[in-house]
Amino acid sequence: FKTVFLNVFLMMAEERRQKQCSVVLPTESMKAMAESVGVGQLQEDSCVALSEEVSYRIKEIAQDALKFMHHGKRRKLTTSDIDHALKLKNVEPLYGFQSQEFIPFRFASGGGRELHFYEEKEVDLSDIINTPLPRVPLDVSLKAHWLSIDGVQPSIPENPPPATKEQQKKESTEPLKAVKPGQEEEGSIQAKGQSATSAEVKGKEKLRMKPRSTHELSVEQQLYYKEITEACVGSCEAKRAEALQSIATDPGLYQMLPRFSTFISEGVRVNVVQNNLALLIYLMRMVKALMDNPTLYLEKYLHELLPAVVTCIVSKQLCLRPDVDNHWALRDFAARLMAQSCKTFSTTTNNIQSRITKTFTKAWLDDKTQWTTRYGCIAGLSELGADVIKTLIIPRLAVEGARIKAVMEGPVVSNIDKIGADHVQSLLLKHCASVVAKMRPAPDVMEQYRADFGYLGPMLCSHVVKARAQAALQAQTVNRTTLTITQPRPSLSVSQSGGVGGSGGPRTPSIIKVPSSLTLMSTRPATPTQPSPPATKYIVMATSAGAASTQQVITLSSSQSGSPVTSTVPSGSTSLQPLVKLESGGGTVAGSRPLQKYIVVSLPSSSSSSSSLEHKGGTTATSPVTIETSVKSERSESPATHTHSPH
Amino acid sequence: MTRLAVSAPGEKMAAVQDGGSEPEGEKEPQPELPSDGSSAPAATPASKPEEQQQQQQQTLLAVLQFLKRNKLIESVDALRREAGLADEPDEAPGSEAGGGVGGAAAGSADSADASALLSRVAGAAQSGAASAPAKGGEDQPDVSVVLSAYSQQGDPSLYQVYYSGLKKFIESVLDCHRAELSQLFYPLFVHMYLELVYNNHESEAKAFFEKFSGDQECYYQDDLRVLSGLTKKEHMKGNETLLDFRTSKFVLRISRDSYQLLKRHLQERQNNQIWNIIQEHLYIDIFDGMPRSKSQIDSMSGSLAGEARREANKAKVFYGLLKEPEIEVPLDDEDEEAENEEGKPKKKKPKKDSMGSKSKKQDPNAPQQNRIPLPELKDSDKLDKIMYMKEATKRIRLGPETLPSICFYTFLNVYQGLTAVDFTDDSSLIAGGFADSTVRVWSVTPKKLRKVKSAADLSLIDKESDDVLERIMDEKTASESKILYGHSGPVYGVSFSPDRNYLLSSSEDGTVRLWSLQTFTCLVAYKGHNYPVWDTQFSPYGYYFVSGGHDRVARLWATDHYQPLRMFAGHLGDITCTRFHPNSNYVATGSADRTIRLWDVLNGHCVRVFTGHKGPIHSLAFSPNGKYLASGSTDGRVLLWDLGHGLMIGELKGHTDTVYALKFSRDGEILASGSMDNTVRLWDAFKAFDDVETDDFTAATGHIHLPDNSQELLLGTYLTKATPVIHLHFTRRNLLLAAGSYNSQ
Repeated sequence: FKTVFLNVFLMMAEERRQKQCSVVLPTESMKAMAESVGVGQLQEDSCVALSEEVSYRIKEIAQDALKFMHHGKRRKLTTSDIDHALKLKNVEPLYGFQSQEFIPFRFASGGGRELHFYEEKEVDLSDIINTPLPRVPLDVSLKAHWLSIDGVQPSIPENPPPATKEQQKKESTEPLKAVKPGQEEEGSIQAKGQSATSAEVKGKEKLRMKPRSTHELSVEQQLYYKEITEACVGSCEAKRAEALQSIATDPGLYQMLPRFSTFISEGVRVNVVQNNLALLIYLMRMVKALMDNPTLYLEKYLHELLPAVVTCIVSKQLCLRPDVDNHWALRDFAARLMAQSCKTFSTTTNNIQSRITKTFTKAWLDDKTQWTTRYGCIAGLSELGADVIKTLIIPRLAVEGARIKAVMEGPVVSNIDKIGADHVQSLLLKHCASVVAKMRPAPDVMEQYRADFGYLGPMLCSHVVKARAQAALQAQTVNRTTLTITQPRPSLSVSQSGGVGGSGGPRTPSIIKVPSSLTLMSTRPATPTQPSPPATKYIVMATSAGAASTQQVITLSSSQSGSPVTSTVPSGSTSLQPLVKLESGGGTVAGSRPLQKYIVVSLPSSSSSSSSLEHKGGTTATSPVTIETSVKSERSESPATHTHSPH
Repeated sequence: MTRLAVSAPGEKMAAVQDGGSEPEGEKEPQPELPSDGSSAPAATPASKPEEQQQQQQQTLLAVLQFLKRNKLIESVDALRREAGLADEPDEAPGSEAGGGVGGAAAGSADSADASALLSRVAGAAQSGAASAPAKGGEDQPDVSVVLSAYSQQGDPSLYQVYYSGLKKFIESVLDCHRAELSQLFYPLFVHMYLELVYNNHESEAKAFFEKFSGDQECYYQDDLRVLSGLTKKEHMKGNETLLDFRTSKFVLRISRDSYQLLKRHLQERQNNQIWNIIQEHLYIDIFDGMPRSKSQIDSMSGSLAGEARREANKAKVFYGLLKEPEIEVPLDDEDEEAENEEGKPKKKKPKKDSMGSKSKKQDPNAPQQNRIPLPELKDSDKLDKIMYMKEATKRIRLGPETLPSICFYTFLNVYQGLTAVDFTDDSSLIAGGFADSTVRVWSVTPKKLRKVKSAADLSLIDKESDDVLERIMDEKTASESKILYGHSGPVYGVSFSPDRNYLLSSSEDGTVRLWSLQTFTCLVAYKGHNYPVWDTQFSPYGYYFVSGGHDRVARLWATDHYQPLRMFAGHLGDITCTRFHPNSNYVATGSADRTIRLWDVLNGHCVRVFTGHKGPIHSLAFSPNGKYLASGSTDGRVLLWDLGHGLMIGELKGHTDTVYALKFSRDGEILASGSMDNTVRLWDAFKAFDDVETDDFTAATGHIHLPDNSQELLLGTYLTKATPVIHLHFTRRNLLLAAGSYNSQ
């Protein structure tokens, strides 16, 4: 009977989704359960009767269990709630059915059937005995903080940010509704009847709104603002990094946002005139930090920020000595910022992207445009993506090539113009090569390129060839990789200890350690899934039969849409003990002690396995390999260095 | 109700020797016949023995009434027996609410089932065998009788026709009547469905359910879910929800015009099926006057058994405060200098306002000072009272302009295990109940918690010395927190005694434990509930405490009695929270049946039934002046009630999840509510109570029209990061303390 309970609770979850029609367990389940307890042939009738009875009882128990959840002041039902509900009914609870997770069931589907199962891992006792005891969980403690002082919530780390992004958005888009949904409606209703009162109501609303929209900063905020702005444009790089970090992460900045935006736009205005390249760079970094802050809703201030950014992209002169200073980097950086803001903020209403594109194109088409501005326009356009390059830049390659040729090979040329033309040329080549590679069929004939693209043709051709080679390499690895990894943001670095415990013989060679939950093939279909944003590196180390250990670094980065780049690093000496050093991925919250799972993947050179990780790319001769996974849970203060000796 | 009768006449409340229970009994709500009297949709409670046969089919309330009048001695007998059982709970596992459940689950013989059910229905805490001799056999609402009310056969296929016929009729009537008559849908739907199920028309029942369940009001969803699972006659045995529906008549309040419209229609159509159900299972409370509007009806409906009968809220409630004992406040010698000209007038003022009841003349609404025997004040209590008054003079006057500061106590590293919190009145200690069966006490002042020395050490102390109280404490045990081990299940309720010497905790293991805060040991385990005890609270004067739990009975205890003094029975669902009235004469209980009941401690009568919540009630708070009650439920709404008139007077909408904590400020100006949605909200209670126009008509009919002004009353919303708020407390100076456990997920 217990097995029945066990197997059937998951059905309840299913049932929730459907409406409250009376859902009954399928009779096949009854049969399967009967077989599992040794009852062979069960009559169909008894199956039906059983399933109805069981369904009813289980619903009863689940309803009782909900009571325990409510009184436990939780939102999630736990196994203990169900135990208590069983106890209410004088049924023995399910002993030993404890689970760390709230829903211990795993879902699998295949062959048109859906299946839930309870994952019971086989545990190697010797592993358990040998692992050091986990840290004792922290004891309950009490911490007091001010949620409100005289009715005002102080901005301290213990409190949530004063206004969430949604709220800020709401306020900026529908200011009236954000204040008082009820009142606003009332006001409009009354407006139909009496205009005088409606005006009063409106007036009242405005009065109520006013304190919200004025941006009076508290003394602390003023101090903070002063410190941050000073640090951002000051001379100390360390301080600046801290300040930018604060801007990028602090949740309570939204009241200061208008000040920051004005600061940046005014700053750019002044410093462009003064050609102060350093300050312009600092200000752009501030823009970047503001955009990185997940709690800020920047839409309201784009009208100040975007012109500043555009200025830094296309301004004729950004520095005092254009021939020496690297103002190109600033233009590149600002162009990337612009592309990012187009991506995040462009809507059909504000049309940022199309407006920006127009601005750039217009400036670029002008013959009198300086090389610096020209560079900025092209950079700005090409950052917007392959489509923009295809439609706007490539058709003009020939014209632009001619212009460059005129400068490069022409007689009288100022040094500045030459540098500018040079930069434009490399920029065009860099961005166009990959796009052209996709546009044109494979054989790249130099002459044809010359015919199509003029002066830039031959150079473009060689770039395209390179790009193709690289793409082919990537494609290969994509096709071969069946390792699916969903992973927040871990980063791994490899360090090799000089022959620690180095015994020469063939040993089980390789270890992967990855922080937090790495899923290997288990729950997801075997397609390469989209990895999470930042580049993720996994190091697979393998020893081939010749005992020459190599390491493979798999980099998963989002920009390449899930195509891992594999590079192989032959390790220095056979006697070296590969060690994997784990670095904190930054995804962990300071102070909390996350439960870490390390998955160790070893790749012996033997074959045949259930799930295989194949790498044929590069030079490694790793044939189908077994992945032995063992999951170890460790509670560690920070995911610091852990070594794991091979077994 | 039955249980009420069994317990109510109990003369054995040791502390209370008031003989007033008999006359009080007469005040028990009496359903009155509608004056047309022809059809008697409302069952008249029988007052003569020969009407007993009819009673079997009537509500248990009626049975009870009768019992109370005529069979008092036997009831007392039953009570005695029940008390005996409470002593040895192990011997009678099936006592109380468990019978039906245990029997059904264990799959015992049918007869055992029936008897178990019987005890469940009868509500008396006896096993089936014991109950038979206790009452006359003919009095017994036998379960087969109860269920057989459904045995009358109609053509099962016609049920849908009947129902949709009625539906068509109701949709076609005038607007003013439609809302009222629409109330019929839900109870009719349920009873017709149950009739089908009872008569084994499974497929018809299913079809009926699927066709019409969508029409029901959304607040009945939970009940419908239970109902949908029930598809077989066998399921009906042991299903508490069903039995509640059967044994208590669903109460509808309908104006005379609407009622006659309905009656005429049904008589014309010869629709006996529906007419029978209306007569047998519904109680239609007919009133003269304008039919109510949809919103008026919606605000009052939602409970498991319909609205409260009007009569249920007619009894007089002495909601005034007791006169404070005269204590000479030593005009603070040391404070005098500190409080110069500024302090003096300030000090006078709050004294008058906040302690208005302290004035010499007795509040006409206050109960007799000795209506309930209260413990004598000890010297230490007097000292505490003086401290309280001193603090009160420094109290901040709150209002919409001056909102309180909120100090939030976050419990860390509890892994979702915090289930209950309480603060002492002077805010010096915090107790937390945890899912791991422990109770922990923290000191939030620099004063550490110390145990009393062991007996051997105590004998060495010079008892005459001035600082003997200091000397008995063991300095070695000083720590900021202490853990109390003893329960064997999650602790769902904790409550400090007013004198801070004791702590109560109630748990899933069915016990309420009394802990000493001197020795930090368990003193008593009060057994009697047998099922999880969801809440417990000390009386504001100490000594008494109340507890309520899954067995649907709230119990009143005195700390020095191991048996309950009163049992308050009548709720149809789990009792989820219990609160003492500030004058200690009444107890309010909130329940999963979505009603709130107010019980008279003196005689155990239910004096108020409040309906209107649409979900189980999880928090209650009395206003400091004793006039009002606030209640919060799982639907996130807070309702305000006027105890004197028995009316709903306000609805505070804003929370999006269960309201687990409610508290009035010390002056009653502000109501603070804390919820699962991680917010603390402050409401203008003064304005909420002020806005209500209680003219005589609304007071008489109870048809209150609520203004929808939640937004105006909301003074502030304070969001925590990820901490559900499960307790709130105003310090004596009106600083708001909140508590909850950080939920990292």
